[in-house]
Amino acid sequence: MNYKGDKQLQLIAHIVMVFLSACALFPFLLLVGASFTEEKAAILNGFSIIPSKLGFGAYEYIFQEFATIGRAYLITIIVTIIGTVLSVSITTLMAYGLTKQVPGVKVLNFLLVFTMLFNGGLVPTYYVYTNLLHIQDTIWALIIPGLLMNAFNVILVKNYFRTSIPGELIESAKIDGAGEVKVLVRIVLPLSLPILATIGITSAISYWNDWTNGLYYLTNPKLFSIQTVLNKINENAQFLANNSDKVMANVDTSSLPTVTMRMAMAVLGILPIVCIYPFFQKFFIKGITIGAVKG
Amino acid sequence: MHKKMKLKVKTALPIYLMMLPGLIYLLFNNYIPIAGIFIAFKKLDWSKGIFGSQWTGFDNFTYLFKTKDAFIMTRNTVLYNVVFIILGIVCSVTVAILLNEIRGKLSKKLYQSLILLPYLMSMVVVSYLAYALLSNETGFINNTILKALGIQPISWYQEKNYWPVILTIVNIWKGVGFSSIVYLSTIVGISPEYYEAARLDGAGKWQQIKRITLPLLLPVIITLFILSIGGMFRSDFGLFYLVPRNSGSLYSVTQTIDTYVYRALMTQGNISMSSAAGVYQSVVGFILILAANGLVKKFDKESSLF
Repeated sequence: MNYKGDKQLQLIAHIVMVFLSACALFPFLLLVGASFTEEKAAILNGFSIIPSKLGFGAYEYIFQEFATIGRAYLITIIVTIIGTVLSVSITTLMAYGLTKQVPGVKVLNFLLVFTMLFNGGLVPTYYVYTNLLHIQDTIWALIIPGLLMNAFNVILVKNYFRTSIPGELIESAKIDGAGEVKVLVRIVLPLSLPILATIGITSAISYWNDWTNGLYYLTNPKLFSIQTVLNKINENAQFLANNSDKVMANVDTSSLPTVTMRMAMAVLGILPIVCIYPFFQKFFIKGITIGAVKG
Repeated sequence: MHKKMKLKVKTALPIYLMMLPGLIYLLFNNYIPIAGIFIAFKKLDWSKGIFGSQWTGFDNFTYLFKTKDAFIMTRNTVLYNVVFIILGIVCSVTVAILLNEIRGKLSKKLYQSLILLPYLMSMVVVSYLAYALLSNETGFINNTILKALGIQPISWYQEKNYWPVILTIVNIWKGVGFSSIVYLSTIVGISPEYYEAARLDGAGKWQQIKRITLPLLLPVIITLFILSIGGMFRSDFGLFYLVPRNSGSLYSVTQTIDTYVYRALMTQGNISMSSAAGVYQSVVGFILILAANGLVKKFDKESSLF
């Protein structure tokens, strides 16, 4: 028996996976370490996982500016909730409709798939949203463009409806006099919770992480989401000070802990996802697997 | 007959109504922009508006392809994709095979969760993580690693030679957890009987991987490989725009079609060049996807996109 090769492989697998896990985790630890470093020590010694000198200046400063950060959090949460609910609803309705043999369903199916193959590009899309629908500098700019429905998810849900829900069940409900809406709500949806959870989670993550819509369509800082604020701080470290609600006439902006504050902001941006990750991980991995089987 | 038609409409109407929100969205988010491609064939003059502007045929494209940018962004987009696709497959298949070998359920789950974590982060966050490592003054690499090795600090955001490597590492780092799950799900689906038979014949673990796992993974690898060729003209805007912190001295190695389209539109206000580059990307991308799908169909009918 080849116990030797087996043991060898186990050992190699563990060594490689420990190394890769460490690589995956290291930048996050560095970020956290950097955010808890005293500003002057960070400038002098650079960032490290264990702060060269512990300091909370970055977080103190951010909490002083809580109006800006808190609003950004609120915007992100609102956008994520409204966006996910709308997205899951529209996707489900579309997918359910496409499983029915109504006249023209083949054309509609084609119109959906075609969007995965060809697009108009940024310029026309930008003009549709700014000059035709005028959603720039409204909260809808963070919800509608690009994220509301995608063909991939519709196909995923459609295939689930086709394969996992017995047609006889729907037929018998119809014989009992249930209309389409009733069939969908009472029979199809309760049986489709796994797939709905899956597209709900991927959709929520896309909303939480989106920064491009803020970049394209927003100029009003009051509407910035966490990701957009992070992006603006990247461009200009003084973003928080410039958009402060407080009168800061006498404060010297050069004394602000800009170096560690950036890191602390990123930590705050990551924190919610890391906290709920253990709970949604199962669905998320399942979603990837389902998507891979029939992409 | 007439009654039957009426009945059909009556049953079909609720279905159409259900699809209405989705169809309206497709109209505004996808089809009006597709129709808007005509902008690329006009010389845009704001005093006359989009529709009143003069048609110029392919002038915008001829102009675009005369610039050095056209070559640079095409080269970068394609070459980065080639490297990402090949290295991505090698890394994620390796990780999937190793993950599958690990027996401890808990450790397997832990490894998987950790390497998947980067995939959940936005590119903005990734650019912060990269900055914590690469910052000229405070970055970990300059201050700790290079110092320990006695090497002078490097101005990472100014030196373009390093960026093809940096961007590749970031791309693999972020994506390997995701793509390895795809391969792992195929490996898990391989019938245990094959391995049992191999064991009875005295084959060791390495032999089993070489003779069973890899050959059975090959169809999936080839399919995903061909499909990714369909995306050769696309690039991750965030990776090429945010991670290099929009640094001008790096443009020659970080400019892709997507970053060009954005910069031409938003920073230079050059709508003609931006829209021409966008149409160039869409059309070539379309041809690539059709070709890739045709190839997949020949190879494995089940896996084709359409």
